[in-house]
Amino acid sequence: MSEQAILSVRNIKVHFQVDGHGPQWPWTPKKVLKAVDGVSFDLYPGETLGIVGESGCGKSTLSRGILNLIPATEGEIVWMGKDLRKGSESDWHKVRSDIQMIFQDPLASLNPRMTIAQIIAEPLKTHRPGMSAAEVKDRVRKMMRRVGLTEQQINRYPHEFSGGQCQRIGIARALILEPKLVICDEPVSALDVSIQAQIINLLKELQREMNLALIFIAHDLAVVKHISDRILVMYLGREMELAQKKALYDKPSHPYTRALLSAIPIPDPELERNKVIQILTGDLPSPIDPPSGCVFRTRCPLAEPRCAQESIALHRVDDDTQSSCLLV
Amino acid sequence: MLFQKAKRQALAESLSATTDAVIEGRSPWADARRRFLKNKAAVASLIVLLVIGILIVAGPWVLPHAFDDTDMDAMNFAPTLQGFHLFGTDDLGRDLLVRTLIGGRISFMVGILGTVVSVVIGVSWGAVAGFFGGRIDALMMRFVDVMYALPFMLFAILLMTFFGRNLVLMFVALGAISWLDMARIVRGQTLSLKSKEFVEAAHAIGVPRRHIIFRHIVPNLLGIVVVYATVTIPNVILTESVLSFLGMGVQEPMTSWGVLVDEGQSKMEAMPWLLLIPGFMLSLTLYCANYVGDGLRDALDPKDR
Repeated sequence: MSEQAILSVRNIKVHFQVDGHGPQWPWTPKKVLKAVDGVSFDLYPGETLGIVGESGCGKSTLSRGILNLIPATEGEIVWMGKDLRKGSESDWHKVRSDIQMIFQDPLASLNPRMTIAQIIAEPLKTHRPGMSAAEVKDRVRKMMRRVGLTEQQINRYPHEFSGGQCQRIGIARALILEPKLVICDEPVSALDVSIQAQIINLLKELQREMNLALIFIAHDLAVVKHISDRILVMYLGREMELAQKKALYDKPSHPYTRALLSAIPIPDPELERNKVIQILTGDLPSPIDPPSGCVFRTRCPLAEPRCAQESIALHRVDDDTQSSCLLV
Repeated sequence: MLFQKAKRQALAESLSATTDAVIEGRSPWADARRRFLKNKAAVASLIVLLVIGILIVAGPWVLPHAFDDTDMDAMNFAPTLQGFHLFGTDDLGRDLLVRTLIGGRISFMVGILGTVVSVVIGVSWGAVAGFFGGRIDALMMRFVDVMYALPFMLFAILLMTFFGRNLVLMFVALGAISWLDMARIVRGQTLSLKSKEFVEAAHAIGVPRRHIIFRHIVPNLLGIVVVYATVTIPNVILTESVLSFLGMGVQEPMTSWGVLVDEGQSKMEAMPWLLLIPGFMLSLTLYCANYVGDGLRDALDPKDR
């Protein structure tokens, strides 16, 4: 891409100190849980980056690390050419009007004691303190109409809405400041399938209108395929593969990606019956004590002895694909 | 997609055309009020409390006697119409009805003031400690522990001996202990609230911390705070009674329910009304406050929706 990346994440790590097994004394060394362990990617204006991976692979922690909700242990978060991890509290405050977030549980992410108008207006009140009450109200109404809520609902409370409507409220809140990037943390996984489609299409529509960049986290590969331009596959806090959507679905390079893709059901009984499902054996290793070398080797059907010794960062396989597998 | 967008806006417009008025939302509070009003025992108790409140405020103005008037012609009277001593008189000929009402003023004032102190200090202290966590939390809660460990009676006696007996000091002493439980409860609730997604959302938006505490956390604590406050009212009234009973509370000729019960119990064989009437008022108030608290607890429980 010729454009300048708006967000560059360089080798970001989010580690937690946790208690191990056995008795805990003040002098017992703490174990380190590597939730996110060295992730790098660039994000360009108007682009959607999908992040997939199984539960516990660090997708959500990564998104919170980018927003400094959970401070990153190491690495760089470069927003519009400025490293935020070296920035002060007030730098972060400015950035927060440009990066917004949409959460997984639509109802839990809305304060039950605030009206919809108050919820949607909160970013405006925080970042545009000089704005008159009338203008705030006007913008809130416009935004509500834009996401498909009716104006009569303006004084209602979150518990009076369905999950899909709550997620629309969450989207309205995220977009009212006209941000450049919205991080969606599994925004549809709590909704039923028909509503998922509505919300995804709404997001795509709004993205086109406002030239938004999206980071879209999901574990549903079909959803990610529908919305993303590029896809990042994570496993145990590391990157496995970063590829253009088409390349990833057509010719996955990493064995983990292949296993994930083979698990997608095909809506054609004939094909589904003849499909070879590559079932991963074993369990997800503990991020406290990850395998040496390549973290995926313990479950990898192609693993060779050298996978236990060496590991490799994302490297270019072809124009569209970067992979962290030694064998490709 | 464009089609869908057009359709959605058309739908929105047709809806707004049919009902142009903005529908007022039914707030969680309105829901709670509706549920509270369904609870007959709680509503009855609330009415009784209100009646007692009106009586103790207005009663002494209307009645012919003052609380410290001694009627030499009517000493040790049982409840009678003679001289309009409806609840009788004590051994100095003071009208028991007026004294009960005046004593009620003190007891109510103590109850309400102690509870207000408990709510204001307890909620801010607990919410701040719970929200910031870590060292601030440890420090603030250890202070609460120290206050707990201080024997209340010793604290009250020390205050009284150093500064002499007066009403303000008693309020200080009561206030100083009443907020401790509240702070602990609020801190616990805050700990669970601060990991909720809407608080995280507020962080992500960049809402300043003090606004997160007072706009997002405190309003969501109100349910438990209201309930706990109604439990605090009887506690504080009882504590005042104990203090007065031990002679550290209000001073003669001023009185409170605790004092009246104390005087009454020493004469209960000869003049039982001196014990029974203030005792009944005290019990009735505590009973009703507990029922109102129960009703509020049920009404404000969001799971009961």
